[in-house]
Amino acid sequence: MGERKVAVITGGGSGLGQAVALRLAKEGVSIVVVDISEKAGQKTAHLVEEIGANAIFVKADVSKAEEVKSYVDKTIEEFGTIDMFYNNAGISGPGVKFVENTIEQIDMVLGINLNGALYGLKYVLEVMLANGGGRIVNTSSTAGVVGQATVGTYSATKHAMVGITKTLAAEYAAQGIVVNAIAPGTTETPMVRAYKEKNPDAFVNATEPIPQKRLGQPEEVAELVTFLLTGNAPYINGVVVPIDGGFTAI
Amino acid sequence: MKRFEEKIVLITGGGSGLGRAAAVQVAKEGAKLALVDLSKEGMEETKQAILAAAPEAEVITIEANCANESEVEAYVKQTVEQFGKIDSFFNNAGVEGKQNLTEEYGAEEFDRVVNINLNGVFYGMQHVLKVMKEQGYGSVVNTASVGGIRGVGNQSGYAASKHGVVGLTRNSGIEYGQFGVSIKAIAPGAIMTPMVEGSLRQLGGDNWEEAGKEFVSVNPMKRFGKPEEVGYLVAFLLSDQADFINATVIPIDGGQSYKY
Ligand SMILES: NC(=O)c1ccc[n+]([C@@H]2O[C@H](COP(=O)([O-])OP(=O)(O)OC[C@H]3O[C@@H](n4cnc5c(N)ncnc54)[C@H](O)[C@@H]3O)[C@@H](O)[C@H]2O)c1
Ligand SMILES: NC(=O)c1ccc[n+]([C@@H]2O[C@H](COP(=O)([O-])OP(=O)(O)OC[C@H]3O[C@@H](n4cnc5c(N)ncnc54)[C@H](O)[C@@H]3O)[C@@H](O)[C@H]2O)c1
Repeated sequence: MGERKVAVITGGGSGLGQAVALRLAKEGVSIVVVDISEKAGQKTAHLVEEIGANAIFVKADVSKAEEVKSYVDKTIEEFGTIDMFYNNAGISGPGVKFVENTIEQIDMVLGINLNGALYGLKYVLEVMLANGGGRIVNTSSTAGVVGQATVGTYSATKHAMVGITKTLAAEYAAQGIVVNAIAPGTTETPMVRAYKEKNPDAFVNATEPIPQKRLGQPEEVAELVTFLLTGNAPYINGVVVPIDGGFTAI
Repeated sequence: MKRFEEKIVLITGGGSGLGRAAAVQVAKEGAKLALVDLSKEGMEETKQAILAAAPEAEVITIEANCANESEVEAYVKQTVEQFGKIDSFFNNAGVEGKQNLTEEYGAEEFDRVVNINLNGVFYGMQHVLKVMKEQGYGSVVNTASVGGIRGVGNQSGYAASKHGVVGLTRNSGIEYGQFGVSIKAIAPGAIMTPMVEGSLRQLGGDNWEEAGKEFVSVNPMKRFGKPEEVGYLVAFLLSDQADFINATVIPIDGGQSYKY
């Protein structure tokens, strides 16, 4: 890669966001880690620098439009452009049947997963359109493609990622924007891994409905995201790629 | 990084278009190849293209009709005899068929197109998956089409066969996931290959290039896809990197299938 490309990653402090940050760093991409957790975000930025790529951490709560605007502004101040956007910060919500949610719980999941993702797209797209293009990956989920009990609000926000992805592809493809979504199944992020080690029995049930009889690895998701953000096939556009061992095909 | 070092990749329809593009891509990344096609000249051209890009590559060519089950069995057997295994299978040979209204399509053309595009893909999976199950690993990419996930019109046999390819992909992906095998399909939109040129000639005759411009004016990206882009996607999907992507279909169409 000639001049250094710049990627913004929300929720970059942990899990999938961190895995993608480290994988893109290996391609020499400069990384802007956005996270609500200062400690987690700083850690990822540090790991990226250890690989030899540039990194900055920007603390922001993605559910607040002005903080989203400010992570975009800080990125421009530091690196001058945004070539790639991994729109990923999200929370799963309380894990109860829908009626048992409080209004506050519903609003919180919507605020981070839906509003946060849309605010990010609005401000990042303004930059990318002015600069003549860019690549975006939105994080949906298997719960954004099929129904799964106890994740109602989450599922609504993840289905929304599919809708916005297709719409943006229709709107901005001719202006050099490539936008896709991924739909991961349950992935063994460090948090899930720790839980699994403590509760091995619970995980037999988790892998049973997956045709490949295993969970995904964050490194696999990072390969897919890197392929979509940097690969030589920009004709892949407006697509939702499941990475779930076949779970949503059933 | 060479993702296909020591890997054996089998490609049908390897004598042209998408099969050739995928062959060149995986060869650059270290693969040894078995090409299958009806056209001997086509495969010879592909072989030259491979050797130009990857002079060290090992390539065998097998003349076979994918719509004939015993010929399919034979190309699988010959590949295993030559290389001892099959890591990856690009199950891709296909034809476009006539373009007309359903009532005019005719039973004969329907049978011909379905035989090549659907039966041929099924035969290939049947014989290759047996090998992969025994090995305990392998990846398959079937070539569907946007015409296999959306209604396009004026292509009854093609639509039926390509929707069938998507169905087979889901079905067998679910069956074989537990054996360490992943199976996916791609759904290309309009990629500029000899097949698409032929199709544009059906529409526009000598003015086929004008017809092409008209054709992509409704695509969100306002261009045809390049065979190399499809080759790059296929290489990713066949590689170990995409092992957990299974029983699904990935469009590569500039956003076309999502615009309507
Ligand atoms: N891990 C999985 O199994 C899985 C499966 C499908 C989809 N996803 C999705 O992938 C994304 C990442 O998930 P993960 O598993 O890596 O989770 P994670 O909890 O490990 O990481 C999420 C990160 O986002 C940050 N974050 C949370 N709220 C924020 C806010 N308001 N503003 C800024 N940052 C905030 C957290 O601090 C954390 O660092 C989420 O959108 C999730 O829904 C995960
Ligand atoms: N090019 C596109 O825009 C496009 C779009 C969607 C799907 N596809 C699909 O991609 C695949 C490859 O298409 P392409 O564009 O490269 O076409 P192509 O015509 O350039 O190549 C197809 C190859 O398959 C071979 N073939 C045809 N019938 C065969 C048979 N019975 N046995 C063995 N080989 C046979 C041909 O000889 C040819 O070499 C096809 O399945 C096609 O339907 C192509």
